[in-house]
Amino acid sequence: MTAVDVTEHESWFHRNQQRIAPWLFLAPGVLFFMVYVIIPVFQSFNLSLYEWDGLGAAEYVGMRNYEDLYWEWVDRDAFYVSLKNNLIWLVMYLLAIPAGLFIALFLNQTVWGIRLYKSLFFFPFVISQVVVGLVFTWFYDPTFGLLNEFLSWFGLGPVNVLGDERFVTYGIIFAGLWPQTAYCMILYLTGLNAVDPEQIEAGRLDGAKGGRMLWHIILPQLRPATFIAFVVTIIGALRSFDLISIMTQGGPFGSSRVLAYYMFEVALSEYGFRMGYGAAIAVVLFLIMLCFIAYFLWSMYREEKGH
Amino acid sequence: MHSIFKRTTAALAVSVAVAAPAAAELTGELRIFLDTSNPAPRATMEAMIGRFAEKHPGLEIETTVIDREAYKTQIRNFLTADTPDVATWYAANRMRPYVEAGLFEDVSDLWAEPEIAENLASTKGALTIDGKQWGVPYTYYQWGVYYRKDIFDELGLSEPKTWDEEISNCQKIIDSGRACYTIGTKFLWTAGGWFDYLNMRTNGFDFHMDLAAGKVSWEDERVKQTFANWKQLIDMGAFIDNHQTYSWQEALPFMVKGEAAAYLMGNFAVAPLREAGLTDDQLDFYQFVTINPDVELAEDAPTDTFHIPANASNKEAAREFLRFVVSPEEQTIINNGQNLGQLPINAKASVDDDKFLQEGFKMLSTNSPGGVAQFWDRDAPAEMAKVSMEGFQEFMVKPDNLDKILAKLERARQRIYDN
Repeated sequence: MTAVDVTEHESWFHRNQQRIAPWLFLAPGVLFFMVYVIIPVFQSFNLSLYEWDGLGAAEYVGMRNYEDLYWEWVDRDAFYVSLKNNLIWLVMYLLAIPAGLFIALFLNQTVWGIRLYKSLFFFPFVISQVVVGLVFTWFYDPTFGLLNEFLSWFGLGPVNVLGDERFVTYGIIFAGLWPQTAYCMILYLTGLNAVDPEQIEAGRLDGAKGGRMLWHIILPQLRPATFIAFVVTIIGALRSFDLISIMTQGGPFGSSRVLAYYMFEVALSEYGFRMGYGAAIAVVLFLIMLCFIAYFLWSMYREEKGH
Repeated sequence: MHSIFKRTTAALAVSVAVAAPAAAELTGELRIFLDTSNPAPRATMEAMIGRFAEKHPGLEIETTVIDREAYKTQIRNFLTADTPDVATWYAANRMRPYVEAGLFEDVSDLWAEPEIAENLASTKGALTIDGKQWGVPYTYYQWGVYYRKDIFDELGLSEPKTWDEEISNCQKIIDSGRACYTIGTKFLWTAGGWFDYLNMRTNGFDFHMDLAAGKVSWEDERVKQTFANWKQLIDMGAFIDNHQTYSWQEALPFMVKGEAAAYLMGNFAVAPLREAGLTDDQLDFYQFVTINPDVELAEDAPTDTFHIPANASNKEAAREFLRFVVSPEEQTIINNGQNLGQLPINAKASVDDDKFLQEGFKMLSTNSPGGVAQFWDRDAPAEMAKVSMEGFQEFMVKPDNLDKILAKLERARQRIYDN
């Protein structure tokens, strides 16, 4: 038997194994991603052109839902408030990154019991968002809350954080920062393990200390950690639904809503069931997320190419 | 009191057993979905279904109890697929989406039977849409002002009847360092109760219903008058501070601790107030005061209902079950103090001895000539209810924003009712 004969008997699958295998491995993931993400995205686009209460027949209304959203924007109504709050969330939530870095630097030392301290700092990330929300709701309570007890020592307050439309969003973001900071801290702690001691040594020889050492030697080496921290924080800010739902239900008078919560309220809550309108809000939220997703993909692509 | 109840229940149970079913024996499966998920109502319903099962041994009854809040969204699914034969819901506009989508069975035939037509006449309107009836009620309860009698006695106050008395009472309560009213508006609907009463007393029941139906502008002078009356109380400091942060349950301690003197609420507030330690000597009830003497008094009395889904498979048994639920015997049992502790909807049923139920029953049957409303979020369409109650909450915190709020509600009205 010659070698040529063997190849002739090989099946099509065997010949193309190298090329097919990756697709086979990808298939389950691709399938689920299509069914649960890609197709629903297009369905949402489609649904946002209809008026539908989830029961009867859907009525095609063209861009009416978007027009309504536009007027809500002009009138400084719910949509405007939600979008504004979303921006506040995006900006304020990023504070978790420097805060996490600071705690990570602080904990990155070898003293007795450091593991215990690390786990204590990590603790808020482990507990459920629901618990975080409840704890902070009680903390902010205008009559019995710890915050106002504390403020009264300095002759301040009482402040009703969750009942005042000026403070409520910041109050919820602060509650959200607690677990998010812990998350960023863990990312930076692992990053710090990988920092090259020789470079630090070299920097020290050149007389770098404190802030300069951090900025020029440590931070550049932490770039991958910063990138991931940035990604998860942005996504966390845009998803900020659970805390709002638990702490204020979007109140008082709708001033702590964000787009995700507004969409839920319009489409799925007790008084809602305007599916088309909810879908239109979802599309707007998706477009905002798309900007970030595009940016992330682009920078990852650049990173890959650089290597 | 307890032994009397036991005896009546026993006697009724016997009479039910004696009055054997005249209709042909029912067979097959009967699936019942309930939203009575709290322990007491749940036990009440299960016991009632047990009695129904005894009368109809041929029926295989399957009961599903769903959490009350979850039920409100799940009903949309189970009315269209895997449909039960009987389901609980609420009267008036709250059932309209399902009636219009053709998901509830027309039960006008039941309402034509003399037994029901004569004894349930008072609630017929709440179950009627387009001239047909779409379900039967099984319980309702009054709204009104629950107040701390001991505080009123201490300050030398008596139950107010008119708006002037109300204001002067309230001023004295505030002067004593308390708030007149506790309220928790975090979940919005409690503010809807205040709006119901203030608007019905200022402009009357018919105007109120027209507003709920979107026939009147929110910027109408008469609506503004309602809010002006409300503002009078707000500006006095009649309501507790920070009410936008509390649920209705979280607002109860203010009354229990005596920091607030009264609570405009449904009768369901009595049970937690008693559990918190208030005795019947400390707790009393009065009807919301007259504001405009030219309009007839009207009350809020939300009604809970049973319906037959249009896709039900055993409608014959379901109809029999509805007949059973509204019968005077069952109405007396399920609404008594040990069970739901509310008002029976059958005129022949007897009301529990509880003083609040007695007073509420008297008020609704003799002193509510204007009509009986269901409650703002059941009378107005869901979307309008949501937007407006948010407006009420904002108004209660920032009464100076009134014009802005009314303009917003008017825009919402034009959008919501146009189709």
